[in-house]
Amino acid sequence: MNLRYSEDEEAFRRDLRAWLAGVLPTLPPVPAKDDWEGRRAFDLAWQARLYEAGYAGIDWPVDAGGRGASPTEQMIFLEETESAHAPYVGVNFVGLLHAGPTIAAMGDPGQRTRYLPAILRGEEVWCQGFSEPGAGSDLASLATTAVRDGDEYVVNGQKIWTSHAQVADRCELLVRTDPVAPKHRGITWLILDMKTPGITVRPLKTIGGSSEFSEVFLDDVRVPVANRVGDENDGWRVAMVTFSFERGTAFISDLVRSRELVASLAAIAHRGDIRRGIPSAWADSATRQELGRLAAELDGLWALTCRNVSQAARQGVPGIGGSVFKLAYSQARQAMGDLAMKILGRAGMSFGEIESLGNAEQVEGYVYGISMGIAAGTSQIQRNIIAERVLGLPKEPAWTSN
Amino acid sequence: MDFELSADEVALAEATRSFCEGRFPMKTVRELIDEGGVRRELWKELAGTGVFGMCLAESEGGAGLAMTEAVLVFEELGRALVPGPLVASHLAAGRLSGVAEGDRVVGMVELTRTPVLVEHPTALDALLAFNARGEVVEVAAAAIPREQLPQPFDPLTPVALAGHGMGGRVVFRGREAQAFVRRATALLGAFAVGIAARTVEMGVAYAQQRYQFDRPIGSFQAVKHLLADAATRTEVARAAVHAAGVTLDDAEAGILPVALAERAVTAGKLLACDAAVANARTCLQVHGGMGFTWEVDVHLYLKRALVLASQFGTAKELSERMAGYVH
Repeated sequence: MNLRYSEDEEAFRRDLRAWLAGVLPTLPPVPAKDDWEGRRAFDLAWQARLYEAGYAGIDWPVDAGGRGASPTEQMIFLEETESAHAPYVGVNFVGLLHAGPTIAAMGDPGQRTRYLPAILRGEEVWCQGFSEPGAGSDLASLATTAVRDGDEYVVNGQKIWTSHAQVADRCELLVRTDPVAPKHRGITWLILDMKTPGITVRPLKTIGGSSEFSEVFLDDVRVPVANRVGDENDGWRVAMVTFSFERGTAFISDLVRSRELVASLAAIAHRGDIRRGIPSAWADSATRQELGRLAAELDGLWALTCRNVSQAARQGVPGIGGSVFKLAYSQARQAMGDLAMKILGRAGMSFGEIESLGNAEQVEGYVYGISMGIAAGTSQIQRNIIAERVLGLPKEPAWTSN
Repeated sequence: MDFELSADEVALAEATRSFCEGRFPMKTVRELIDEGGVRRELWKELAGTGVFGMCLAESEGGAGLAMTEAVLVFEELGRALVPGPLVASHLAAGRLSGVAEGDRVVGMVELTRTPVLVEHPTALDALLAFNARGEVVEVAAAAIPREQLPQPFDPLTPVALAGHGMGGRVVFRGREAQAFVRRATALLGAFAVGIAARTVEMGVAYAQQRYQFDRPIGSFQAVKHLLADAATRTEVARAAVHAAGVTLDDAEAGILPVALAERAVTAGKLLACDAAVANARTCLQVHGGMGFTWEVDVHLYLKRALVLASQFGTAKELSERMAGYVH
C-alpha cells in the first residue's frame, strides 16, 4: 500500500490546477440560495466550461462521451476543484451522477444520443423522482402507478425530496407497472419530460430556510413507452445499477470542505472578546480536545477514502466501504455541527453573517450535518446494511400485525 | 496511489495470523498469565517470524521491511492478543544485541507518566526508558523493578512500580528518540486496531449463536447497530493506522515532511485506541452476563486496550496534539 501519486496523476493535478487558476476568476458572482433560475444558469455555465476543457463526465466511460478517468484521477479532480473553491456540481448532480450513468449503462442507442451529450455540455438539468411520501427507507414500496395506454404510460402519484425539480428539464422516474408482483419486481424506470402536462411542482422549505427540494405531483401524466429505460418491471435493477458506479468518491468534495470548516472553527474558537473580558473558547481544554478528536476523525476518513478509491481502481466494483464511510462521516459532521454551535454560542443565532464572525457557514454546516444522517440512506439503514451485508448478521424477522 | 494491501502485504499479514493461531491460541495466551506474560521458547519463535527484526536491513539479519509492513504485523499480534513487550523489543532490535533473535526481551517505560509502572517486570532482560529530556535510555539492570504488583488490571500485563535510579546509557536521542516515539505510537495503534477488529468478530459470532425470544440476538437492531458502529470504528481506525505506517516511511525517505508523519501517527493511535476500548466494551455488552466472567476472553481484550490507551499519548493528549495541528 502507498499514498504516492504516479507521475501521470501528478501531471493531471498540475494541468487541472493551472486550468482552475485561469478560469475561476472569470466566473460571475454566485447567485443567491433561493434564486433558482440564477443557480441553474450558473451551474450549467460551469458545466459548459468543464465540457470545453475536457473535464465533463470525468468518471463517465469514453463511449458515453466522458473522460473515462481512473478513480484516483476523479479523486484528484474532486479534491482540487473543492480546494480551489470551484463551483459545486449543483443542479447537474442528478444528471452527472445518477441519471446519466444509468442511461449510459442501460439506455438504448437512441436514448444515449438524445440525453447524454446534453448533460455533459450543461444544456439540460435532471431531477430524481424516486422517493415518495410512503416510500422512504423502504423505497421499493413506491406506489406511483403507470398504466399502459397504447404507446404511452399514464402516470399518477406523488414524489418527494426531488432536488432541483423547479428548474429541471427531465426526471428519472420510478413507477409501479405491476401492482400484483412482489414489490421489487413491479417497478419501471422512465424518462419524464418535466414540461409534460399534469406535473405540479411544490417546493418544500427545509429547516435551513431554503427550498432545496420539492414535492412533485403527477396527474394523468403521459410518458411515451420509448422513454422507458430497460424492460418493463425491471426498473429496480436499472436503478440499482447506478450504485455499481460508486467508486468511493461520493463524499470527497464534502470531506475537503469539512476539513476547511474545522480549521475555520478553530480560528473562531481562538477569538475571545477582549473588550468584555471574555476568554476564547480555545482556552477551554475540553473544546480543544473535541476539536482535535474531530480532526483525527476527518484524517481517518480521508485515509478510508484513499482505501475505497484504491479498491475501486483495482477491482472495478464498489467495495463494502460505502456504507461504512457514510455512517462514520455523517456522525463526524454531526459532531462537528454540535461543537460549532457550542463554540458559536450567541453567534449561532443567525443564519446570516454577523460582523464577519464566520458564523454563517458554521450554522449552515450544523443544519447540513443533520441532513447527512437522513439523506441517501439514514444512519439506521446504513447500520442495517453494515450489520447484515458486511458482518453477516441475520435479518430482523418480518413484522406481522398479530 | 494504491492504498490497498499489496499481494506481499496480504501474505505477510496472513502468515502472521496463521502463526498466531498455531502458536498463540487463547489457551496458550491464558497460560502466560502465570508466566509473567512471556515464555522464552514462544518468544524465540516469534522472533523467528521476524516480528522484532523485520525492519532491519537484510545485511543486519532483518527483512529490510518498514513501518508500512510493521503495522500489518502488529495488527495481527493484536488480534491474537499476544502478550509481552512486543513494541519495545521491535524498536530495540538492531540497537541492543540479541533482541532481533529473541534471545533478549526488552521492555520500555515512560518516566514522564506517573506512577511509573514497568510492564512484564519479571520477563525483562533490558529496559528502555523515555525520560523528561526526550531521550531513550537503557536502564541499569539492577534498577529494573522486579516485584509485580499483586493485582494487575490486565492479567497479561503484570506491572511493577519503579523506584529511583531509572537513568542509564542513552540509546536514542534527538531525532532518533523522536522517531522512536513516533514508531512506538504507530505500533501501539496497530495492535489496538487488531483488538478492535477481533472484538467485533467475537461479538458477531456470539450474536449469531445466542438465542433469546426464539431468535438469534444478532437479528435485533438494538444489537446489530452496536456491532455496526464497532465495525465502522475499526475501518476508520485501520485506514488511519495504515496511513500512519505509510506516512512514516515516506517521511523517513524524505518525500514528506516529518510533521505529517507526526500528525498521522497521532490520529492513528487516537482513533485506534478509542476503537479498541469502545469495541471491547460493545463485545462485552453483547455477551451479556457471560461477558462479565473471567472465563470469556472479552475482558482480556478490554483490559489490554486500556493498557495501550494509557501510554505514549492518552486520548486527551493526542486530541490536544491534533487540535494544535488544526489551528
